Amino acid sequence: MSARQRSPYPYWFIAPAAAIYIALFLVPTIASFWFSLTRWDLFTTEFIGMENFRQFLKEPQLINGLVNTVIYAVLTSGTKTVIGLLLAVLLTSGLYAQGFLRTVIFFPVLVSTIGVGITFFELMHPTKGALNLGLAAIGLPKVGWLTSPSLALYSVALIDLWKGVGLATLIYIAGLASISPDYYEAARIDGATRIQQFRRITVPLVRPATITVVTLSLISGLRSFDLIWATTKGGPGFSSDVLASVIYKQYQAGFYGLSTAGNVILFLLIAVLVLPLTLWMNRTEADQ
Amino acid sequence: MKQRQYINGLMALAVASVIFIVPFVYIFLMAAKTKQQASTLDFSWPQEWHFWANLVEVVQTRNYMLLLAYFNSTVITVGAVTLLVLFGAMVGYVLQRRPSAASRLVFGFVIAGLMIPPAVVPTIWVLQGLGLFKTLTGMILIQVAYGLSFSVLLFRSFIATVPRDLDEAALIDGAKPWQIFYRVVLPLLKPVTVTLIVVQSIAIFNDFTNPLYYLPGKENVTVQLTLFNFQSQFQSQFNLLFMNILLVTIPPLIVFIFFNRQIVAGMTAGAVKG
Amino acid sequence: MTKPIHSLALASAMALVGNLAAADVTLSVLIDNNAETITAFDALTAAYTAAHPDVTFETEQRPGGADGDNIIKTRLATGEMADVFVYNSGSLFQALKPEQTLADLSALASQANVVDSFKPVVTSQDGAVRGIPFGAAMGGGIYYNIPLYKELGLSVPHTWAEFMANNAKVAAAGKVAVAQTYGDTWSSQLFVLADFYNVLQADPNFAADYTANKAKYATTPAAMQGFAHLEEVFKAGNLLNPDFGAAKFDDGMHMVASGEAAHYPMLTFGLGTIKQNYPDLVNDIGFFAQPGEDAAHNGLTVWMPSAIYVPASSKHMDEAKGFLDFIASVDGCNVMIKAIGATGPYLIKGCELPADVPPSVADMLPYFQTAGLTAPALEFLSPIKGPSLEQITVEVGTGIRSAADAAALYDQDVEKQAKQLGLPNW
Repeated sequence: MSARQRSPYPYWFIAPAAAIYIALFLVPTIASFWFSLTRWDLFTTEFIGMENFRQFLKEPQLINGLVNTVIYAVLTSGTKTVIGLLLAVLLTSGLYAQGFLRTVIFFPVLVSTIGVGITFFELMHPTKGALNLGLAAIGLPKVGWLTSPSLALYSVALIDLWKGVGLATLIYIAGLASISPDYYEAARIDGATRIQQFRRITVPLVRPATITVVTLSLISGLRSFDLIWATTKGGPGFSSDVLASVIYKQYQAGFYGLSTAGNVILFLLIAVLVLPLTLWMNRTEADQ
Repeated sequence: MKQRQYINGLMALAVASVIFIVPFVYIFLMAAKTKQQASTLDFSWPQEWHFWANLVEVVQTRNYMLLLAYFNSTVITVGAVTLLVLFGAMVGYVLQRRPSAASRLVFGFVIAGLMIPPAVVPTIWVLQGLGLFKTLTGMILIQVAYGLSFSVLLFRSFIATVPRDLDEAALIDGAKPWQIFYRVVLPLLKPVTVTLIVVQSIAIFNDFTNPLYYLPGKENVTVQLTLFNFQSQFQSQFNLLFMNILLVTIPPLIVFIFFNRQIVAGMTAGAVKG
Repeated sequence: MTKPIHSLALASAMALVGNLAAADVTLSVLIDNNAETITAFDALTAAYTAAHPDVTFETEQRPGGADGDNIIKTRLATGEMADVFVYNSGSLFQALKPEQTLADLSALASQANVVDSFKPVVTSQDGAVRGIPFGAAMGGGIYYNIPLYKELGLSVPHTWAEFMANNAKVAAAGKVAVAQTYGDTWSSQLFVLADFYNVLQADPNFAADYTANKAKYATTPAAMQGFAHLEEVFKAGNLLNPDFGAAKFDDGMHMVASGEAAHYPMLTFGLGTIKQNYPDLVNDIGFFAQPGEDAAHNGLTVWMPSAIYVPASSKHMDEAKGFLDFIASVDGCNVMIKAIGATGPYLIKGCELPADVPPSVADMLPYFQTAGLTAPALEFLSPIKGPSLEQITVEVGTGIRSAADAAALYDQDVEKQAKQLGLPNW
């Protein structure tokens, strides 16, 4: 078989996908990179060089938004990874009602972000919300979940965890299932405790799933917009603003050039944080 | 051991029920209340059951807008997911089977697609240029463009678990590349395909920002847009708002319950190699 | 709720027919999804079709607020705007690049009916009038609960000090003195925006100087007052409703109408919500202008209503203009009054309000009847309005940021807008 002339894996397989991707994603993206160098009001453009980037980096909310973006992404992806793994271990240990629990944990994934946002906005209402009424019933003080500036971002992260942990758990369940039971058998014969088994066998062998969970949740955490917009809109004030919501607000205000400059910055941030991870992921895969 | 598992199970069941089911119970109860009772937002049993009346009212709002929205959302979801499965598998297949500089470049674009936030206005210009703006076709292609990266990644890692011997055996039998893919490889991808269908159809069915931009027009409304629209209209009618949430959540719920077993099977079969 | 579902087939059929048959025209209309707008437009389109059977309408709704701004701009920029649409007048109108995107309506016959004071807020920089008023002028001020005022023996305040004294009495009686609703961030701006009459009393040139980058909020004591008031109300500690951070506009109107709260700073269109949702409370709310420092200069900051525009790209220009002529006529005005009543004076000459207006409207009318007792809000005198004002006022009203800091930050915020508009001197 001469692979050089006639590969059984022809590149034209990529063509239909590439056509759609190039036309509807790549071309607009490249165009937007150009617009980030202009003052653009949708009707006219004026080339202003790096002025938008300078202006964007001068935004008072920006530093706060950058810090929030990283906090939010690390927090949501970290907790989804840890809790997802623990839940997956629990749900593969032959529990009573295991199948039902697996289903239930996945339910929130099914609800749209707006639906979740509306529901939790009311559940977390400072005076009438069920959450605070519950706290009050057991004698605890009410909490300004979404209205306290120091808490709002973390409350949204908590909702994100609730909504997203089901997917992480599912990926982990699949990952756990691919670990051969022989390892655990051998460990048990050697007298390893369950905690030792978890640390020495489960954690290392489930690593492909961990990488998937971390990468997906980190990227979606960094780009996160819908849920924040549906609950706090970045508020109160600017206290739960993330990069994506700052960008969206520039867009809404009609500062299109500024907004695309923000997009470029967000892209760079994601690339800086995620690319090393992706490269590492590919290398380890190639090693296998 | 058996008993401890039973007790642990019951405890986990209790905790998970509180955390994961209570918000749904809340949605359901709110959807069944009268306007007055719903406005207090509290977690209580409806004094009068207005479930059916609320349902009828939401469905009838603005000339049965919700029914049209169901239709549009279904068309978009089915169309986009079909293409995502087919094209995603084709790309993932070539990328996995044919390591080369070109493949690495394509893979770089796949990762970029996952990371770069889409640019709305230039995209609208392209759609207009192609005559696809405000059309369901255009919306389907947008969802394909935005969802491709995830599909390719998932298929690529799954195809790694399909033995190459199979393709080579087919090749020796004189099969053409397309036949190898379509007849030999694709059927083996069924588990991951099911996973992908579920994950993507939920994402697309629940998407609201993209239809908001690319699919304006009354006749193009999608289910999430109805929710978005009703949010302000029903501001003082939480019973109707929550009924709407309930109604738009049901289709994904059905898809999930229907495919539940296959999803886990699909992922288990090795979709998470990377 | 009467038409059965047939939209898909109908829409495509109409798209085919639309361009061919000049006799039967379907005008597409884009309106915001405020309940009053919908009711008013339903009445207007029905009345117009009854008189002109060859013109029918297809009405589409959009969300309000910043999401709505976004949709309007995107659709204008991409040439996908409906034949007729409703949008704000004043600075938001200027941000649409009206010279390029909107049809010139200067020659519209019905412009003769429009009150002259409205025309500047829909006039583009080239001098062409590009809109007609939709609905009633609004005042920005403070709603108060009439039974509560009677019960506590309070009288309408004419200075800020009197207002705060009233608040203290209300709080002492265990009621909410001032309802605030930062769950709808836009509603947090009222104390700042509605203070503008008072700003102009102290500094008549503020708007022009502000546009010319000569006056700043942070360095103009009178302009600072709005921010200071907002801070004062929060710092008093016991005046606000406990859920002020999450409550929404509708809650605020309900609180002041039901007597749960004594005051709610708001635009007078708020009455529409009460009419719609709590009709039996309509007579329990009154209204007064936001008081300033001096009782001798007590007047009302006025908001012009939204306007109706026709995009330059409309394919049914003549029919659209015909429809606008109807809206801006006394007949059209009466159709609207019949549908949604009056929350303030309509800006159509000869369009009289009914005699039995609710108390809050009656409270507002005297300001309009005496010269010099009203002043337009800043957004109708200057094209500059910073996009982050509502977040900044939430910060002040929540105690996150001091009034002085907030004014300085807002001055910085408006810079972007001024540059985007290409104003000289920025």
